[in-house]
Amino acid sequence: MMNKQGRATTGSGGHHMDIETISGDRGLDHEEPLIFELGRAGKCGVDLPDLEIKHDRLGGLRRRGQIGLPGLSEPEVVRHFVRLSRKNYAIDAGLYPLGSCTMKHNPRLNEKMARLPGFADIHPLQPVSTVQGALALIEELAFWLKTLTNMPAVAMSPKAGAHGEQCGLKTIKAAHKARGEKRSVILVPESAHGTNPATAALVGYTVEEVPANERGRVDVEALKAKLGPHVAAVMLTNPNTCGLFENDMRAIADAVHKAGAYFYCDGANFNAIVGKVRPGDLGIDAMHINLHKTFSTPHGGGGPGAGPVVLSAALAPFAPLPLIVHDAGGFRLVEDKADAKARDAKPFGRMCAFHGQMGMFVRALAYMISHGADGLAQVAEDAVLNANYILASLKDVMSAPFGKGPCMHEALFDDTFLKDTGVTTLDIAKALIDEGYHPMTMYFPLVVHGAMLIEPTETESKRSLDEFVAVMRGLVEKAKGNDKSRFQGAPFLAPRRRLDETAAARKPILRWTPPAPKAQAAE
Amino acid sequence: MRYLPLTEADRRTMLGVIGAKSVDDLFRDVPQEAYLTTLVDLPMHAGEIEVERQLGRLAAKNVSAGAVPFFVGAGAYRHHVPASVDHLIQRSEFLTSYTPYQPEIAQGTLQYLFEFQTQVALLTGMEVANASMYDGSTGATEAVLMAARVTGKKRVVLSGNLHPHYVETIRTTAETAGLEIVTGKPAPAAGETADHLVDDQTACLVVQNPDFFGNLRDITPLSDATHAKGALLIAVVTEVVSLGAVTPPGEMGADIVVAEGQSVGNPLNFGGPYVGLFATRQKFVRQMPGRLVGETADVDGRRGYVLTLSTREQHIRREKATSNICTNSGLCSLAFTIHLALLGEEGFARLAALSHERAVMTADRLSKVKGVELVTPTFFNEFTLKLPKPTAEVVEKLAKEHVLGGVPASRLLPHDKSLTNHLIVAATELTTPQDIDAFAAALTKVLT
Repeated sequence: MMNKQGRATTGSGGHHMDIETISGDRGLDHEEPLIFELGRAGKCGVDLPDLEIKHDRLGGLRRRGQIGLPGLSEPEVVRHFVRLSRKNYAIDAGLYPLGSCTMKHNPRLNEKMARLPGFADIHPLQPVSTVQGALALIEELAFWLKTLTNMPAVAMSPKAGAHGEQCGLKTIKAAHKARGEKRSVILVPESAHGTNPATAALVGYTVEEVPANERGRVDVEALKAKLGPHVAAVMLTNPNTCGLFENDMRAIADAVHKAGAYFYCDGANFNAIVGKVRPGDLGIDAMHINLHKTFSTPHGGGGPGAGPVVLSAALAPFAPLPLIVHDAGGFRLVEDKADAKARDAKPFGRMCAFHGQMGMFVRALAYMISHGADGLAQVAEDAVLNANYILASLKDVMSAPFGKGPCMHEALFDDTFLKDTGVTTLDIAKALIDEGYHPMTMYFPLVVHGAMLIEPTETESKRSLDEFVAVMRGLVEKAKGNDKSRFQGAPFLAPRRRLDETAAARKPILRWTPPAPKAQAAE
Repeated sequence: MRYLPLTEADRRTMLGVIGAKSVDDLFRDVPQEAYLTTLVDLPMHAGEIEVERQLGRLAAKNVSAGAVPFFVGAGAYRHHVPASVDHLIQRSEFLTSYTPYQPEIAQGTLQYLFEFQTQVALLTGMEVANASMYDGSTGATEAVLMAARVTGKKRVVLSGNLHPHYVETIRTTAETAGLEIVTGKPAPAAGETADHLVDDQTACLVVQNPDFFGNLRDITPLSDATHAKGALLIAVVTEVVSLGAVTPPGEMGADIVVAEGQSVGNPLNFGGPYVGLFATRQKFVRQMPGRLVGETADVDGRRGYVLTLSTREQHIRREKATSNICTNSGLCSLAFTIHLALLGEEGFARLAALSHERAVMTADRLSKVKGVELVTPTFFNEFTLKLPKPTAEVVEKLAKEHVLGGVPASRLLPHDKSLTNHLIVAATELTTPQDIDAFAAALTKVLT
């Protein structure tokens, strides 16, 4: 037998996975207990100085019992977390085609810049005279964001995309209130991210869904029919979650504005158009930008992110505190409503303590400066090119519901091609794990059946895409060849096989608890 | 461009496969008038050397905390972060992975989150904790919304000594969500002023301990009074290290505990990213916001972890979700988990005791400066002084003397004229006797 590299193998058969090891570990994949099971009393992984004072000033509130934290030395802690890390897939290790998540390369330069003591080791409430460089950086990033979107203002403090949505809708609510209007409904397309309706509800609106047309776009006539004096805003993702550009944006904007409502754009997919299209030219009023998507701050296993919101002139006065202003004395923070009012601003309030995700701002700006105007346009072009290459390379064997025209940054497939095979979208996803890939986004968007949404991003090489395409075609062939056993029960080769999520939800175990003391042996 | 792998030849080949004449062809759904034919008006790409130069120049314009005697707190604290913490969180497998939606290849993230949840529950003295919120202030906001869901009531009472940014953050979100907010008056030297505002219509009372001014107090009487009215007690902790020395809120009757976790494992970062800790009683678990990791087993019977109870969450429940949160503070919670694993029982208690000790030394020394009065008799690592001059000017003058000497209460509460001369001062294990001497000398100079 020859392997992939053309070298002879000993051909000992396919039974390696059946080998039982004494340790339970499998090569590089170690079974790793919880820190609570590893720790012993009396151990500590830090050396701190001795205490000098004898009497506390805690007013009788000194903690009495033990907390129950385990004791571990530094080498034990390092080994534990290194072993855990090896159970994770990561963009640094391979293509991560999660549609709508924009898993692109995270440059380490950005990490280095964020760790400069002048950024990482400054306090949000130091005198502003001692943080002029930090305020200048925020203003610089704000300038890039405003220029790239052609919008006059940006609220910098929201801490993630969903937090940005909340900020945008609150700005809209404040604007209507200032006009003496009370509007109660947000229109959201059925293909929207779940955060959109959840945010609308959080900000005190009711949600009405707008259907998609057969081209995967918002049905403009249906949307127009739903507009009226009760509608506060339309929330639309563009490019949308089917990976398509909403080509009726201008018409939608005009209709929305004519009805006295505002046009909120979910900027989660800005990566497809950065440097090529400025959303401000499409008539939007507000859009959050996930710095952890388009501008490559690391996803970190689920955050932290950052979600600045660009605002139109109509909404800008209502942006939340703090504001940064520049006067003779340099940069200054406006942290109080009365102070803001003196500057003709009417902030709706405050999104969080302090001034936003500075650590993410530094990374995003380092990324932007690295790319520049030319590089950012190339980002969008290559992201769209890569996605279309995937679409073109797979649509003959898979089913692409909107595959007639080009897609933007992600390619959407449905499960029509799996009809009568007994194989599901979930099976394909799990089989991809065995092939060394993180699965694509599955069963989202909800507007197509058994969705598979593939976003390669611009940081994949052609070779990487070709390998992925070959694997996908191979899996499709196996599925259509009724090789169900390859899929059902996959993954076989991951640190864990399919996990029982139903049991986890039925009787939730959400923390470690010490094992019950062993019962005394019967006499 | 160093981050873009496609060559011109690749691009041509790929366009051929697609059947497009040019890349513009792929953007044909964009309305003509909005499609840029020239580059946006921003600088061209730059190499690492140039980026380092530009950002280095901006960083150099800030006074970093490590460069001077430093006593600033009020919701963010400068503790030492062991070198291994920052090394481990930069491992590719943690740094560059997504939310663990595919548990078979995300056990690393899921297991540390399970450890994090356990640590948070232990520290706060509560039964369950979630996998993190954005920060303390947004976590406190979510706690208020949750209390309203649990009790079915709409009135929210906030302590006057709750961090003013937290008050504003809660007010901003709770009011648009249809809740009524009532606040007590700030009282640096007195007891709680908001408890008498709790009535039968109240969903919750939110108290901070140690409070904004540094006061430590037994909140048991407050929780008893709150529970007597059928409301929940939400305890906020902005300095989580205090829980190494102080009775946890869970042992004083709190129903929800929210904490800012920054001071374990995370640098100051000018205010973010931080990590919100959120813990509550088991019986409220299905009303909790945010992600939860639970233990289960795979088909081979091996222990493993998954995201669970996601029917509370936005991607399943959409407008009926308990919260709109999606991305949270994953990597900051990892830093927290690793640092706390290194500290362990013994190290965490000592870290807390040292922070308290340095604060006591600082308070004793500064209250000997002429005209300076210590306002908060019991405290953890932060206390309030009353100065003979307005503190806003004093801290600017101290900065000119190369001392970052605390936060003027007036910066966050500018309209309360009784607080013009109040200064909030924090110390940690990083505060040295030399720092304290330098602060005392500079303060003496500035006040005379």
